[in-house]
Amino acid sequence: MAATNNTIAIATVDLSKRFNHVTALDRLTLSVARGQIFGLLGPNGAGKSTTIKILTTLLEASSGRATVAGFDVAADPIEVRRRIGYVPQLLSADGALTATENLTLSARLYGLHGARLTTRVREALAFAGLETVAHKLVRTFSGGMIRRLEVAQATLHTPEILFLDEPTIGLDPVARRTVWERLQQLRHSQGMTILITTHDMEEADVLCDELAILHQGRLAVIGQPEALKAQVGPEADLADVFAHFSGAVIEQEGYYRGIRQSRGTIQRLG
Amino acid sequence: MLDWLYESAAVTDTEVRKLARDPTELLSRAVQPVLWLAVFGQVFSHVRGIPTGSLRYLDYMAPGILAQSILFSAIFYGIAIIWERDLGIVHKLLVTPARRSALVFGKAVAAGLRGLVQAAVVYLVAIALHVAIRWEPLPMITVAAGVFVGSCIFSTFSLVIACIVKTRERFMGIGQLLTMPLFFASNAIYPLDIMPDWLRGIAAFNPLTYLVDALRGAMIVGGHSVYGDATSFGIMLLVFLLLLALAARLYPGLAR
Repeated sequence: MAATNNTIAIATVDLSKRFNHVTALDRLTLSVARGQIFGLLGPNGAGKSTTIKILTTLLEASSGRATVAGFDVAADPIEVRRRIGYVPQLLSADGALTATENLTLSARLYGLHGARLTTRVREALAFAGLETVAHKLVRTFSGGMIRRLEVAQATLHTPEILFLDEPTIGLDPVARRTVWERLQQLRHSQGMTILITTHDMEEADVLCDELAILHQGRLAVIGQPEALKAQVGPEADLADVFAHFSGAVIEQEGYYRGIRQSRGTIQRLG
Repeated sequence: MLDWLYESAAVTDTEVRKLARDPTELLSRAVQPVLWLAVFGQVFSHVRGIPTGSLRYLDYMAPGILAQSILFSAIFYGIAIIWERDLGIVHKLLVTPARRSALVFGKAVAAGLRGLVQAAVVYLVAIALHVAIRWEPLPMITVAAGVFVGSCIFSTFSLVIACIVKTRERFMGIGQLLTMPLFFASNAIYPLDIMPDWLRGIAAFNPLTYLVDALRGAMIVGGHSVYGDATSFGIMLLVFLLLLALAARLYPGLAR
């Protein structure tokens, strides 16, 4: 069922997810305007990854409703998948394949054929700055190169909305900035809506037009970074905002699986 | 349908490229059939403890060892799937609009092609041991088809297990637990006739039995199929379709 509001890219209403007795996401209601870079912040276990998995159709919500690109994620998952790109927190590029092969696989699974496929793969390699290593195995790449490749892979089919789950985790500052530049480029050149989860305050500050802070599965606050900082105090930064609204500090809490996953990603990125 | 085939082919192509780059698994998997044929088969040929009619025991068991090699290799295919899950590759595949059945089928076809390469290795060993192999085109095609479908069955079965257990540690335990019972509750190294009734009953529900039966009828001179190719292939294809449907249903659970 298509939504009627064309200015809204993502909307959730009372979205909840329970795993047995644990409530990972508790009645989340928010909306993301088209063309925005929207940040979901929170410590490990806050519900960021659960939210992104529901919005990308990887996980079914226990209750509530979510629409992405005008389609209900539960009722029209295929239509949602056609219109989104996703970069998981885990390293999703296949190290046993070359950059071109990784891109070609994604292009084929998004239904690209023939000359269009060849053109889009070439453009994606240029976008990621990987033309000279196009035929090298991804396992020989640096962490930053892999992340750029993954962003290129997720945007081959020019999606309306791009989801990134902690895309710069484990990257050095230079590689991190390169990834940020690519994301800003996508927003400006294609008007792409980008939803990014992070617990990196600097990343949220540099990239996001608007952000929501999750804490223990609940929405603690939502607003533009500057407005949120102003609410807390004249000298406040986003870390202060987080502490003020959630009563916690970044890196606190989290679940074993999430932490193991983050550390695994960091380890593989070297 | 064409889109479905296109998506499956994309997955198969990727899997085959990876296999071609790292054939070490193929080589290591070739060791076991060599041992079974060269040691077990040679010794039991002299013992003459298992009634195989006019066939030499080594000839009789060669199709069984080919089927075993397919089973043992394909049954651990799920490890690679769990590895892909841990790397996030499964998540990436599942957010594409590609049909889940196409993703699973593409992997099964890749396993089928790998099975054909393994079959070539077993043939080389069998030739070296003077197994009386049939070289006519139709029997060769029947063997290739059996190996292909058998690999598809057991790799998809393995994928189903991977989707249920989700961790490598648990998978290794289950994999070890399943392979030997599947092997011994089949006609791979002894005829169905000499099995006790309860074991013959289990063997009738074991797809490996039908794979061995089809291979035995086509691979060796003087070998014959108990069930006939139509029955064996019909049952194998049915089992594969059921497993494919189940795997397509369970596969998205890997990303949760």
